Amino acid sequence: MQESLTIDEKLEPDKKDVIDEGVEAGLSRLTPQKISQVINQVLTKETGPRFKAYVETCMRCGLCADACNIFLSNDRDPKFSPAAKVKQTILEMIKRKGKVSKQFLKDTVRIAHTECNACKRCSMYCPFGIDIAYMMLQVRRICHKLEITPLYIQDTVNSHSATMNQMWVKEDEWIDTLQWQEEDAREEFENLRIPLDKDGADIMYSVIAPEPKFQAGLIYQTAVIMHAAGLNWTMPSTPGWDNSNMAMYTGDFEISARIAQVHYETAAKLHVKKIVMGECGHAFRSVYDVGNRWVGWAMPPVDLVHAIDFYHDMLTSGKIRVKEKYKKTVTLHDPCNISRGRGLHNKARELVNILCESFIEMTPNREHNYCCGAGGGVINCGPPWKGTRMVNSREKKDQIERTGAEVLIAPCHNCHSGLEDIVEHYGVDMEIKFFGDIIYEVMEKTIYQEKK
Amino acid sequence: MHSFINFIMGPMVWISFLIFFIGVIFRLIGLFKQINAKENFVYTYLSFKYSFRSIFAWLIPFLPVSTRKSPVFYSISYVFHLLLFLIPIFLLSHVALLEESMHWSWVTLSDSTADSLTLIVIFSLIFFFIRRFVVPEVKFLTRLSDFLFILIVALPFVTGFLAYHQFFAYRWMVIVHVLSGELMIILIPFTRFFHMFLAPLTRAYTGSEFGNVRHAKDW
Repeated sequence: MQESLTIDEKLEPDKKDVIDEGVEAGLSRLTPQKISQVINQVLTKETGPRFKAYVETCMRCGLCADACNIFLSNDRDPKFSPAAKVKQTILEMIKRKGKVSKQFLKDTVRIAHTECNACKRCSMYCPFGIDIAYMMLQVRRICHKLEITPLYIQDTVNSHSATMNQMWVKEDEWIDTLQWQEEDAREEFENLRIPLDKDGADIMYSVIAPEPKFQAGLIYQTAVIMHAAGLNWTMPSTPGWDNSNMAMYTGDFEISARIAQVHYETAAKLHVKKIVMGECGHAFRSVYDVGNRWVGWAMPPVDLVHAIDFYHDMLTSGKIRVKEKYKKTVTLHDPCNISRGRGLHNKARELVNILCESFIEMTPNREHNYCCGAGGGVINCGPPWKGTRMVNSREKKDQIERTGAEVLIAPCHNCHSGLEDIVEHYGVDMEIKFFGDIIYEVMEKTIYQEKK
Repeated sequence: MHSFINFIMGPMVWISFLIFFIGVIFRLIGLFKQINAKENFVYTYLSFKYSFRSIFAWLIPFLPVSTRKSPVFYSISYVFHLLLFLIPIFLLSHVALLEESMHWSWVTLSDSTADSLTLIVIFSLIFFFIRRFVVPEVKFLTRLSDFLFILIVALPFVTGFLAYHQFFAYRWMVIVHVLSGELMIILIPFTRFFHMFLAPLTRAYTGSEFGNVRHAKDW
């Protein structure tokens, strides 16, 4: 992902000094009329009673502060508590009836896009259950409509809107990548296939665009698992194969909905029984919880299974067997969007225990785990914001370091990249792996023979 | 003077409660009208089971992790909210007044108990007041209105306490006590005191989203 194009790794600039070209260019185009018109449109027309109730119910008790990984990472600086982020953005906008300055908007972009991981941990710490992540996403909606979204994440949204995938992957490149992985895998398993567009398959497997772009090996591993388990599966050759969704995080809800729609329509066109998706958290949130709602589906219209759920099923049903358990000590990072977002943390632990010999629990964990610091589109804001992201990840670094484990399992792409950055930046001696990596390493690699 | 006291201790009590009830109903109707007009998807996800699971979980002392992070504030806040209702409802002199005028009555707290409980309320309010200066993340969030809320709640309890002990200016204490109590009741529907009604609703919705959709706990 983009964060690999890093600038000075150890740079820890003053947060206010970050220059994001997308934001600067956007601000230079704005007029006071446009600013107040957009803010008032979003705050009065687009949001409703829920937003109003959140604004009017908060008693400013400050209990949300302890929930926030970014607040904790900044030595409890009061500016970083969840309610403080609302105070510095929304409450000011309401108070000034949308008549805010460009400097205010610059700070607003920084707060909403890079100082909130939209992880929803604070709604578990607020006695009233106020959903501050939702409010920060509404602020990002305002930024989107003002066209002052940070450059790098806006680029991924542009890619989504033009190609329906996040990384400008062309259709022929996509197909070529799958066939390349199939070819490679056939050296190991002679009759392995990555079936494209197989009508009526049981499973459609979908990934996020960084997989074909940078980590094609993950598709290889999945193909081996599917093959060994003897599953009737397919991958679509057409747009809709990418389940990721950065538009959901920039407040470009229209594009966000289109992405989810194409994904499900592709599954419908192929008449598959269910969709299995790779190890990604935000993508799961998009297709399970957010994008579908914008299209008008209360819940996913096609059965949607996250990789953890899928692997759990494979290993407990005996379709995949463990040859020898993984030896190194492991710890597990619960990605927000599949623990707080889908309660898969217990299955993930069962999976670890099936696969690995020694497991060290991370604290806090399960629903209470800290965000990796990269979530909510923060990592996708790219190199200009990497320095501040590293500062904002200090609590996470301490948390993973305390486990003393050799290997950290992070079943989410965003978390994976964020944790890689932390480990590299702070010099933590820890390997980061997906469940897929470990399963591929310890499984019995049987060659599946079709029944004649 | 006499007729003024009779007015604020008689009709004005009923007027206050009338304003309170009408205000609450008016606001709740407005809220549900808005939900129906703009966010009726709320009903798709709202679940009785998970709403109450969440509300009850948050009523059990120290079950939510959040409450264990700030045990002193949470304990004081919990007791304070309970007493805020218990004391005025079960105070002997309040019940006696009602019995006199309406022939309604129920169990009452002994005067000495009520007296000590009132002191707890007053000390809680002092604690909240100081906390707003001392705890940095709370100080940052605090605005003038937060102190006004503390003042409005404190007035009836402090004056009630002083009036009971008849330390000084008894008659004035009673007048301020009655008026400030009525003011608080009237203000509930129109200020952030309305969290009394909104908080269970926001909690219910978040509890439903967590339980029903995300299959996770929210405490």
